[in-house]
Amino acid sequence: MSARYTAARTSVRTAGIMVLFTVVFTALMSATFQLTRPAIEASALEGKMRLIREVLPPSAYDNALLEDSVALGRTPELGLDQGGHIYRARMAGQAAALVLEVVAPDGYAGRIQLVVAVGVDGRVSGVRVTAHKETPGLGDYIDPNKDRNKSQPWIGQFAGVSFADVGLEKWKVKRDGGNFAYRSGATISARAVTNATARAADYAIRNRDALFAAPAGGRL
Amino acid sequence: MNLQSFRESAWNGLWRQNTGLVQLLGLCPILAVSTSVVNAASLGLATVVVMAVSNLAVASLRNFIPYEIRIPVFILIIAALTTVVDLAFNAYFHDLYLVLGIFIPLIVTNCIVLARVEAYAAKNDPVSSTVDGVMMGLGLVWLLAVLGGLRELAGNGTLFAGIEMIFPGLSAISVFGPDYPGFLIGILPPGAFFALACLIALSNVIRARAAKRKAATQEPAAPAADQPASAA
Repeated sequence: MSARYTAARTSVRTAGIMVLFTVVFTALMSATFQLTRPAIEASALEGKMRLIREVLPPSAYDNALLEDSVALGRTPELGLDQGGHIYRARMAGQAAALVLEVVAPDGYAGRIQLVVAVGVDGRVSGVRVTAHKETPGLGDYIDPNKDRNKSQPWIGQFAGVSFADVGLEKWKVKRDGGNFAYRSGATISARAVTNATARAADYAIRNRDALFAAPAGGRL
Repeated sequence: MNLQSFRESAWNGLWRQNTGLVQLLGLCPILAVSTSVVNAASLGLATVVVMAVSNLAVASLRNFIPYEIRIPVFILIIAALTTVVDLAFNAYFHDLYLVLGIFIPLIVTNCIVLARVEAYAAKNDPVSSTVDGVMMGLGLVWLLAVLGGLRELAGNGTLFAGIEMIFPGLSAISVFGPDYPGFLIGILPPGAFFALACLIALSNVIRARAAKRKAATQEPAAPAADQPASAA
């Protein structure tokens, strides 16, 4: 009887200690989380702005771009399964450009996430890859940081191009009979990015007025 | 902790019990991130931080941890401290975090952390446990850096690619010039196994020679009776 009593007591005591450790270390984690949150949010915002600066020069707009966004639901044209955001750049209150989050679903190793900026004149001002799993050293030249040609990265060829220069039927990699270069040995990555950029530019032109008219922070 | 035991810990961590060469623990992150010197050494340094703080925490609390639930408590402590390190890196070393961010949570799954907590920190005082964590971690750092260097050199023909993310102003060294076609297997996962195998073979050769030399010098003093011990 006394042995059982001891066993029960030991179990309760051990469980109590486990709970105590859990509470103490959870408190430690949540305190750190609260303490570091402002700094983390600030750097996330800074990172987003840095990315947008690469696709759209700051001189092209004068509004608070990140606050002037529209949330999208599932949008197959942009490859968005779970929705995404579009940021609207305005100059003196006039529509200037759209910055779209785009996904190329058909990369060599799955989805390639992109940011594409399209001016009101339908001209693509820049494209950047934000996340991808393409083969290192082979397909990852779509990311200019990994591109070995630093002076003229592959992704730079979309800057300044519109459907007036390259029609939709020519907006493909050269292998597919289009106008855009690719690196031999890794066509699939380039094809996925090129086609996604064409779809994004097409979507931005078709939906331009509705996108600019939607209320800030609203959903489309 | 005196100088003797400090040197003992350092020698153990850096060479004799090296996590990557001898204990062969934590191979998953080793093989995953050793595609370049900078990636590899950075993850190694983050592991040093986690190992030092978790060894310190467990050694300080070791008298309050019941033996029966020590493993769950250890895992809880390691996971919580890794989360703290992860958040702190994100908040205060953001550029470095962009490089390392995805690897830091991986440290929780690195069994070398739990192994040192269980084998050393649970039985020793906080100071020598912290030293053990740092030295074991540094042993991992140098191995990772060498492994990353071999793979990067073979795969890309460069060294220290990406260093500008940590030290702005420095740039990668192109060893074989810009026309090097790249030996892709260096960068791909199998390259990690080949390179690690070469390093382990090299280390075994060095160890075997050292043991032979030691046996040779001891032979006149200690005859046959000592032979099995030195072979083991």
